[in-house]
Amino acid sequence: MDRADLIERLTPIIATYAQDKDAVASINETTDFIKDLRINSANLVDVILDVEEEFDIEIDNLSMERMLNVTAAIEIIEDKLKTK
Amino acid sequence: MNKEEILAHLPYSKPFLFVDELLHIDENGSSGTFNFDKDLDFYKGHFKDHPVTPGVILTETMAQIGLVCLGIYLTGSAEGGVPGHVMLTSTAIDFMKPVFPGEKVKVIAEKVYFRFKKLNCTVQMLNEQHEVVCKGTIAGMVTNKMNA
Repeated sequence: MDRADLIERLTPIIATYAQDKDAVASINETTDFIKDLRINSANLVDVILDVEEEFDIEIDNLSMERMLNVTAAIEIIEDKLKTK
Repeated sequence: MNKEEILAHLPYSKPFLFVDELLHIDENGSSGTFNFDKDLDFYKGHFKDHPVTPGVILTETMAQIGLVCLGIYLTGSAEGGVPGHVMLTSTAIDFMKPVFPGEKVKVIAEKVYFRFKKLNCTVQMLNEQHEVVCKGTIAGMVTNKMNA
């Protein structure tokens, strides 16, 4: 799965919780979940739980703590898919 | 943690404590009761001459008995854990029946998940006729610090 496909699958999950809808429309690898999309910490947990379900992976506490932008999310998802 | 220890850790006092008794608590959920004293101050204004318990107060009651007591229990009972503070982050509640001054209600909460410090519960409130007066889901972040 290439990065464009991953972002395509990530976008609807993120769109559910993002406050800034313009930032969702222009989502890219540099998009920050908190600064750009204005997702709060409680909804960040929901994003991660939805990512686990969408990709059938389990995200540990350490990964969760650094999953704050699209690039980190992609890296973590790719990593977890590899070790599945 | 036992029920008395949990009640002692609640950060509320009158007139904003909405837990009288914890009936049961374990890692999957909690239940408890509260009696709405007819002299509670908000009845004077909600509504003029027609006192009914406000929906926000019913929501708060479900949050205190369900989310907050359970959050304290889950963090305080963990190995090396310290009882946490619970910051309300979302509610989705349906209201079915009014609760009048003097009524005693029972709240039953079930944990949906507790992950990455977020506790999500389904809650329902029953009146003394065992009718569901309101129900829904409530979530919060369990933190070590107040207002963190």
